[in-house]
Amino acid sequence: MPAPCSPVTGSPRSKTILSEDEWVALRLTLLVAARAVLFGLPLALLAAYALARWRFPGRGLLHAVVNLPLVLPPVVVGWLLLLMFGVRGPLGAWLYSHFGIRLAFTSAGASLACGVMIFPQMVRAVRQGLEGVDRGLEDAARTLGASRLDCFMSITLPLIAPSILVAALAGYAAALGEFGAVITFAANIPGQTQTLPLAIFTALQVPGGEAQAARLAGLSILLALAGLGAAEWAGRELQRWLGR
Amino acid sequence: MTLSIALRHRFPNFALDIAFTAPLPGTVMLFGPSGSGKSTIITILAGLLRPDWGRIALEETVLLDTEAGICLPPERRGLGVVFQNARLFPHLSVRGNLLFGARRAEERRIGFEEVTELLGLKHLLQRRPHALSGGEAQRVAIGRALLAQPRLLVMDEPLASLDQPRKAEILPYLARLKTALGLPILYVTHALDEVARLADWVVLLESGRIRAAGPLAELSSRGDLPLALRDDAGAILSARVLRHDAERQLSLLGLGAAQLWVPLLSVPLGTHLRVRIPAQEVILATDAPGAISVHNAIAGSVRAITPDPLRHAALVEVMVGEHALLARVTPDAVSRLGLAPGSAVFALVKSVAVEVFAPSAAA
Repeated sequence: MPAPCSPVTGSPRSKTILSEDEWVALRLTLLVAARAVLFGLPLALLAAYALARWRFPGRGLLHAVVNLPLVLPPVVVGWLLLLMFGVRGPLGAWLYSHFGIRLAFTSAGASLACGVMIFPQMVRAVRQGLEGVDRGLEDAARTLGASRLDCFMSITLPLIAPSILVAALAGYAAALGEFGAVITFAANIPGQTQTLPLAIFTALQVPGGEAQAARLAGLSILLALAGLGAAEWAGRELQRWLGR
Repeated sequence: MTLSIALRHRFPNFALDIAFTAPLPGTVMLFGPSGSGKSTIITILAGLLRPDWGRIALEETVLLDTEAGICLPPERRGLGVVFQNARLFPHLSVRGNLLFGARRAEERRIGFEEVTELLGLKHLLQRRPHALSGGEAQRVAIGRALLAQPRLLVMDEPLASLDQPRKAEILPYLARLKTALGLPILYVTHALDEVARLADWVVLLESGRIRAAGPLAELSSRGDLPLALRDDAGAILSARVLRHDAERQLSLLGLGAAQLWVPLLSVPLGTHLRVRIPAQEVILATDAPGAISVHNAIAGSVRAITPDPLRHAALVEVMVGEHALLARVTPDAVSRLGLAPGSAVFALVKSVAVEVFAPSAAA
């Protein structure tokens, strides 16, 4: 994708609704959110399973840590990420020296910030699904010759598919709107980390940028509505498929 | 072949302490009121709960031995379990449900065609579980358990969640299953009609302990067991059709040494079936009666007399050949006739009072 280094300015080309820079911000937003869900969801599934099914020391702590982004100011989450994943942070330094991966002030970092922020709600959605699964069905599968893993893959996972989908779509919609953690950890770099909310914020800082901010805000609203609609529809279809 | 189960397990408000060895093949019934520990035994047997102490062996295969540290996981126990509610997988079709265990089994003793035919499932294969009636769903669950190629079919009150018509719909299938596949069955129930039709060997449970265990014919004719206190108490015996008398509209059954006339049956001679002789309907006499409408006057001797104080009655066990009949009479009748263990008596049984179970239910 082209990465123009000029800040987003109100320079709409005559024929399109959005300017080139605005398109870039939109594409970047969709990509950042998609990556956040893609990497966050498997971890959310694991955390939800552990919280719903396992009894282990530190379970309360895990629950608290998972839900922390829900109650912390996003800017604090961003700052904590900087402490850990900044180039001099313990995890950041390790990632950089072993894999050459730099997260702070990159679009990957924007995804990480989004992923952490949407993590609690994805875990909650999946966990609700897991707690709704009739354990008797899993027991039945075991007696029919399925090992633990087999049972999870062939019974549990299909049964919580609606919840996983809801987690993904709701998480995606929320990730599109993340602001505080992203701007703190990944900064506001046009074409790299400047997602829609950051672009709106930037536009509002520029004299005469209200029109652009309004266009981008309208776009955000459309995206949010589309996400909610998709979640609703998919949830219903999957429930129907499960015969409920 | 035998199934031996010995378990001890303590819950906060319930303790299970049982041990029995039952002969197989055949149907072993765990019979008892709710709360007697039946379902706990099944859960432990299936490998879904590890008891405080226990040993379970199906012939030479040890499924559980807490002392030796053996506890096979559910998927390696070779049991087909049918639960009280069908527990069909909602995301799979009937066919998918039926094949779930079959796909994971190593053998192919019990075929798909055979099972779908036996249980009348052929027209349901494409349906989803939510589109099945309760009876259909339970039949699919039975088929699914069978196709997992179990060495023992375990049924935990499979009919308890069904209404009477659905029960009546499934019972014949179970009876057919028993004879057609020759598969050993462990069956849990609190319904006596299921015991009467299906059981060969019965374990009577009472609040986590075994009250009595033995062949159905023996336990059903005992006056000192809780079975005898039920309104529907009565000896349940195996019988064979000896003769049809179309003119008198009677059939003669052989019960070991004794014989019993019943209203004409439409089954071939030699058919094995099962009869229940209600204790309520048995009249005792010390002399053979003369002109009387009762067809059956069976000579025997009193084995034991147990009082039934709640009914102001007494339960008299009468040995007839190798079997015993149970009669419920008044204590007054007992003293008038001077009955005591060893007394010679005639048991008078109205032929219309004998309950004859469909031949497929007999072993």
